[in-house]
Amino acid sequence: MSRFNEANEAIAHEIIARYPRPKSATIPLCHLAQEQDGYLAEDAMAHIAELVGITSAEVMGTATFYEMFKLAPVGRYVINICTNISCQLVGGEELLEHAESTLGITSGSTTADGLFTIEDVECVAACTEAPACQVNYRYQHRVTPEAFDTLIADLRAGRRPEIPDHGTLGATRQHISEDRVANITPPEQQVEPAWYAARNATGGESA
Amino acid sequence: MSESPRPVTIDQPVTITVNGSEVTAQKGELLIDACERAGTYIPRFCYHSRMSPVGMCRMCLVEVDTGRGPALQPSCMLECGDGMSVDTESAKVRKAQDGVLEFLLINHPLDCPVCDKGGECPLQDTTVAYGPGESRWVEEKRHYEKPIAISATVQLDRERCILCDRCTRFADEVAGDPLIHFMHRGSNTQVNTFPGEPFSSYFSGNTVQICPVGALTATPYRFKARPWDLEHAESTCTTCSVGCRVSIDTSRDEVLRYNGVDSDPVNWGWLCDKGRFGFEAIKHEERLVAPLVRSGDSLVAARWNDALDAAVAGLRSVPASSIAVLGGARLTNEAAYAWAKLAKGVLGTDNTDCQLGDGLPADAVLGLPVATIDDVCRPGGTVIYLGPDPKEALPVLFIRLRHAIVNDGVKVVELTPQSTSLTPLAAASLTYRPGEAGVLAEAIAAAHGAGAAGVDAAGVDAAGVDAGRIAAASDLLAQASGPITVVIGRPSVAESASTVVDAIGAIVRRFPDATFLPALRRGNVIGALNAGLAPGVLPGRVRRADAAEWFGAAWPRVPEVDGEDAAGILRAAAEGRIDTLVLLGADPLGDFPDASLAEQAFIGARRVVAIDLFLTESARRATVVLPATGFAETDGTTTNIEGRVTQVVRRVTPPGTARSDWQLAVDLADRLGADLGFESLADIQAEMDELSAVHAGLTVAAAASDLDGVVLPLVSATVADPAEADATGSDSASASDSPAAEATAADATVADEPASDADPETAADVDDGLIPAPAPLAFVAPAPTTVPALDAYAARLVVGSTLYDAGTMVRHARSSAGLGPAASIRLHPLDHSQLGLGTSGRVRVINGARSTVLTAVADGSVARGTAVMIGGLEGGDDSALIDVTAAVTDVRLEVVS
Ligand code: SF4
Ligand code: SF4
Ligand code: FES
Ligand code: FES
Repeated sequence: MSRFNEANEAIAHEIIARYPRPKSATIPLCHLAQEQDGYLAEDAMAHIAELVGITSAEVMGTATFYEMFKLAPVGRYVINICTNISCQLVGGEELLEHAESTLGITSGSTTADGLFTIEDVECVAACTEAPACQVNYRYQHRVTPEAFDTLIADLRAGRRPEIPDHGTLGATRQHISEDRVANITPPEQQVEPAWYAARNATGGESA
Repeated sequence: MSESPRPVTIDQPVTITVNGSEVTAQKGELLIDACERAGTYIPRFCYHSRMSPVGMCRMCLVEVDTGRGPALQPSCMLECGDGMSVDTESAKVRKAQDGVLEFLLINHPLDCPVCDKGGECPLQDTTVAYGPGESRWVEEKRHYEKPIAISATVQLDRERCILCDRCTRFADEVAGDPLIHFMHRGSNTQVNTFPGEPFSSYFSGNTVQICPVGALTATPYRFKARPWDLEHAESTCTTCSVGCRVSIDTSRDEVLRYNGVDSDPVNWGWLCDKGRFGFEAIKHEERLVAPLVRSGDSLVAARWNDALDAAVAGLRSVPASSIAVLGGARLTNEAAYAWAKLAKGVLGTDNTDCQLGDGLPADAVLGLPVATIDDVCRPGGTVIYLGPDPKEALPVLFIRLRHAIVNDGVKVVELTPQSTSLTPLAAASLTYRPGEAGVLAEAIAAAHGAGAAGVDAAGVDAAGVDAGRIAAASDLLAQASGPITVVIGRPSVAESASTVVDAIGAIVRRFPDATFLPALRRGNVIGALNAGLAPGVLPGRVRRADAAEWFGAAWPRVPEVDGEDAAGILRAAAEGRIDTLVLLGADPLGDFPDASLAEQAFIGARRVVAIDLFLTESARRATVVLPATGFAETDGTTTNIEGRVTQVVRRVTPPGTARSDWQLAVDLADRLGADLGFESLADIQAEMDELSAVHAGLTVAAAASDLDGVVLPLVSATVADPAEADATGSDSASASDSPAAEATAADATVADEPASDADPETAADVDDGLIPAPAPLAFVAPAPTTVPALDAYAARLVVGSTLYDAGTMVRHARSSAGLGPAASIRLHPLDHSQLGLGTSGRVRVINGARSTVLTAVADGSVARGTAVMIGGLEGGDDSALIDVTAAVTDVRLEVVS
């Protein structure tokens, strides 16, 4: 889809200003783009490149390293079903099969209505609550097939307001007022702390 | 691949033990390099001595003991320290090497028989030398679409890639074009471009050369040869005047590729793509194969005898001043000298110019102390850059400058009429109003690094640059450690050379110990200037007037008066004062900034003799066309921007009956009844050694024995001892019987009887110091150019250069043809919007009677009141607008409806 809309471009500039180097804002801006479009569009990557002064190839190289940046459209709800050992022992794989058959898709694909994407994942660190899954990275614990059906029905009916659309990181956006922005001096312009300078001066490295 | 360790100066020696023997290394030097210098090669894939180490491949693991017991460590990431003990051959190391290779080969297709790299592949060689004999991998390997084009010339077979990060590191660190990057991760990691944004770097071909496997291949070489069938010969690229060292790889009388050779003072192994793929032009089917002679409206193939007769017909019995020789920058040093001798010493004309209105006067190039590329890139140094965009004009100089700025703390103060590839890298970039480089340089000199006080002293904006920025730049220069180096050239051909010379004058006055690196583009322009192919000079960086006696003693004659430069020659031709215009690889109709003057010159000149590789626009209009040999078809030497002389070699047979340029000079002289005295290159070199002060002591053997060549001038042993010269200096008797003395009238014609040639006696006179050696030419700043004020309705034109212009060689090299940008005129967005166009639209650009129609584009990097074009593009027509007699080019813009 698209480049940043005007409101998001303003946010992008605000985010960039938090870092000593614009390039450091690359990943936060990828999140912002994913929040806007539900996935990380090519045009968005090109726009990010322009904004932070690197090439589109560099943005793409960075973004593709991360599983959670989606380079193609996904469902409004991305459901990660854990099939790793703890979950597997108590029905993780059955849950995946159930999900696939009720939604009529295979893992890694999206329903025709664009609502759901299923992915099977490795341990999401909720072993004590196995079998676990995540919807847009929000945990669902001890998910039985019935609980899964309820979850899907609730999502369809809009009864799970705490789960935002795919790409949204948080319910509220962090805003750092100007007076609270931390020291954004680039590393090469930072003044060495006195103790550090003193240690180096006395050849501390060999000690 | 034989990348050698980077040369190192040992001023902090440490002793390390390599496989039991003690070795002295520089503290901090990488272990892999120290071992290699000591004769112990450690296998590697990712490490490249001209890029930062990354430790990606693990092939260079060795056992190192730094006092805590031996441990496997990557030697490319480890700096030498005193007492370090290294074992590169232990069982553990062998096992590690074996294991690393087995891992690397897991996904490698092992398609060596159909891979271009097979036979010169580091992966293949290293596997044979250090690897496992067999693979235990039985699973399916990775598969990718093969190959994908990552640029117009570079193909990528991803499944062969071993992810060494060399190509991507090169793109990022060296070229500064990070358009290729690792994408995805884990076993899906691959090199790729962003969709729709190819790796269109001017330097993309280098990635092919440094890829340790056959993943990257260049289209011109793909499936053309097997490495073991290639013959390699070291030579020098003459596509531009950086003079990168290349290896010419040939097979069965055909050039198949060039590879960069690592010359530490010059190119560090890198080449630009225009140079690298330039060989496609020399084997183009449109090369001239036989002489052509005009018959009515057409040029018809002729025998050499007839063609040479036709060529000399216009040179015999005409006044010397009515003969002109344009061009010569394509020639070798020897050919340039032979032509200088023919033009000046036989024909007696000083109307010679190897530059075509895009260069600097000879005395600014030859008369200033020379800085080498290393001087300019000296760590911590300060540079004034006043020249064409280096990335466009002298690409590998840009690589060196970029490295110096990014890694070695070099500060560049750029004076430019438009933003360039250096602008984002420069410590200060001052955009002056076109034509006012001199004004700006004066202002910087006047501020004199006096900081805020300087602003008060100068206090005013100059050349459209505000006083604060001038003061800041001046401060930077005042704080320079060590002497300033200055790069000089033509930022724009729409402002006269004299405006640049003014700036040079100001810089020389302010920084008397500054040294200068000329940023002139044409292949061997410095060599041609040294050989005297410019008005007012004779071979050896001497003025004609000062050296007339010296050369008069050895040559049949010398010109009586200073001649005209290219613009003057063309004007003379236009006015009917030129009988014969000789084009020595010059194409004024296609390649002179002022097209209307060139056109009039062709109408006015009675005969044109063109010596070229192709039937250029100018050659088409010639009376006689003589085919010449091209690069790799002739032996000799060439001179780069630093005055560095290196060898160029003949590797293939020239097409048809093309002759080398020096041979043509000899042939023509012969027909004029003169003997240049040259039967071989060695004869020419001997005479240069004897007569030309800068070439004295230079032997081809010396230039050839060192891959870095030698920088002129050498300390000269043969120039006459001044004391001795003083004693006899005023005694002109020794010269009075020289041929020059006979040719007194300015308009003397070439004698019909054989002119006496350079006989050994007269040359000996010169050698004996009977005639004083001419004083070396020194730059003298002329009176400043008057630049008219810019009126409010006009825009001042900047015409920059681009690597892939529509020049003859680019058009005939398949890889480069068509890569140039589209022609347009760029304006500041406000100026653009004032025209009332949309985002882009057509405008008529008018300069008096000259005009052309172009697409106007808004560009925020353009200064207000200026209009920027790229010169020499197809349909660009910048030369239709420029009047070379004017200091600047002011244009009016009208919207075309
Ligand atoms: S393409 Fe070649 S140079 Fe680039 S990472 Fe792969 S193996 Fe290395
Ligand atoms: S920079 Fe110049 S000399 Fe070097 S490869 Fe390119 S064209 Fe040839
Ligand atoms: S195994 Fe499923 S959350 Fe750990
Ligand atoms: S060469 Fe040292 S890790 Fe690759």
